[in-house]
Amino acid sequence: MIKLEHVSKTYQEGVPALDDVSINIEKGEFVFVMGKSGSGKSTLIKLLLKELNPTEGEIYISGKNLSKINHKNIPNFRRKIGVVFQNFRLLQDRNVYENVAFALKVVEAPTKEIKRKVPLMLSLVNLAAKYKSLPRQLSGGEQQRVAIARALVNEPDILLADEPTGNLDDTNAWEIMKLLEEINERGTTVVVVTHNTEIVRKMNKRVIYIKNGRVVTDGEWGDINEA
Amino acid sequence: MKLNTFFYNFGQGLKNIWRNKLFSLASIATMTACIFLFGLFYSIGSNFKQMVRTAEEGVAITVFFDPGATQDQIDNIGNELSKRGEVKEYHFVSADEAWESFKTEYFKGKEELAEGFANDNPLANSANYEVYLNDISMQGELVTYLESLDGVREVKQSEVAADTLSDMNKLISVIFIGVIAILIAVAVFLISNTITVGISVRKEEIAIMKLIGAKDSFVRAPFIVEGVIIGFVGSVIPLVLLFFMYQTVIVYVAEKYNILNNFISFLPVGTIFHVLIPVSLLLGIGIGYVGSRLTIKKHLKV
Ligand SMILES: Nc1ncnc2c1ncn2[C@@H]1O[C@H](COP(=O)(O)OP(=O)(O)O)[C@@H](O)[C@H]1O
Ligand SMILES: [Mg+2]
Repeated sequence: MIKLEHVSKTYQEGVPALDDVSINIEKGEFVFVMGKSGSGKSTLIKLLLKELNPTEGEIYISGKNLSKINHKNIPNFRRKIGVVFQNFRLLQDRNVYENVAFALKVVEAPTKEIKRKVPLMLSLVNLAAKYKSLPRQLSGGEQQRVAIARALVNEPDILLADEPTGNLDDTNAWEIMKLLEEINERGTTVVVVTHNTEIVRKMNKRVIYIKNGRVVTDGEWGDINEA
Repeated sequence: MKLNTFFYNFGQGLKNIWRNKLFSLASIATMTACIFLFGLFYSIGSNFKQMVRTAEEGVAITVFFDPGATQDQIDNIGNELSKRGEVKEYHFVSADEAWESFKTEYFKGKEELAEGFANDNPLANSANYEVYLNDISMQGELVTYLESLDGVREVKQSEVAADTLSDMNKLISVIFIGVIAILIAVAVFLISNTITVGISVRKEEIAIMKLIGAKDSFVRAPFIVEGVIIGFVGSVIPLVLLFFMYQTVIVYVAEKYNILNNFISFLPVGTIFHVLIPVSLLLGIGIGYVGSRLTIKKHLKV
């Protein structure tokens, strides 16, 4: 489903943010991407979304070579991927309902579909009661759930989440992780960037560990501890 | 674009305008001034043109014959006239016809006074050719030529200085186009600024939209809407103003200066606005569209 072949990314003329990264993620997998701040995790997410293009190497998603997708077809490509951005990135002037509906409006979904899907999505993330609240009236965990609802409402094949538990306390973080796991169990391929070791340990999923832009280990939690 | 998408983007465009009231207002005001002046120029210009045209159409050369001119000579003069390209039309006016037309003009209502001349046409020598021109600037040349022909006693030309009228026509058109061009430039500049502000306010939203699969057209639409609405409002306001002003002026001049009515005849409101409404709307909406297109191209990398 997601395949990176010797991918490197260098911003301007600096040191590479990603250096010769090869990863293969199967359909339906749940994968954690770990690493210290500045190790290149967000860069990886941006490459997968074709927000950035790799300096070297090839990326394939659902069999498509990202470098072969022309500008006109980028929107269609992105519609199959849901993203939870680092720091939520909700629209501050719109309420919970509108923030989730936004993802459907943007892909020009019919009104009927919007009216059907948004409430369903809001109850899935347990925010049905707060649909009228503005982002600033919500807790961090609630905002993160809105961001997840927005990423999922378009029924993507892949969900990319960049530090979805970054600013959350343990209880909230755990709840979000359980939500992501539930989404994965429904068939969505999930890639989660995090540095919450406690959660990664408890979830016991595949972990890709990045250090200075290179994949140093790729396997179960136990493998990482050994490394 | 689907209907609900259109409405959504229309709403977002309105929101842009509302959020950015000051700039939007400045743009609409400039646009209003631009279209208002355009309309004013157009109204004055077409009335002036109409007056010039009326004057020009009335301009005619009258060719009188020598008292002893033979029918052959008269026919020959007619022949020469028909060969000249600048002659639009000419017709022969016999002495009797000349008298008839004089009579109706000057003895109107007192026809019995004219009866005294019944058998003695006082204008016996006034048979003539009345000549109308295509190109008024050729008048002088034609007169000189006609005067050189045999059998011609006198060539009378209209007192309206045709050259002056044509020149003024040109001058007015040049000023008209110049001022409009400057105003259009100012309007495009202001609309462009307004939309630039709108884009920078929405930077984050635009970035998110693109990352979750918005098409370029969807990202651009609210800004196009914004420009077009500014253009539309900025042309409707001056049109309404001009409409009432024009009517008021016509009525006012007709009432207060009815002596002028012989010289000035205004084109009817309908004639002016039949052209002015579509042209102004097209101009306004066009400027708005172009202004936003240019700005989007420059500031909205999609
Ligand atoms: N837009 C950018 N321009 C230049 N350097 C960047 C940019 N974004 C990230 N970097 C650099 O690339 C490296 C990896 O960044 P990032 O992928 O954001 O790391 P992480 O998400 O793991 O914290 C860092 O050294 C960072 O400073
Ligand atoms: Mg990051």
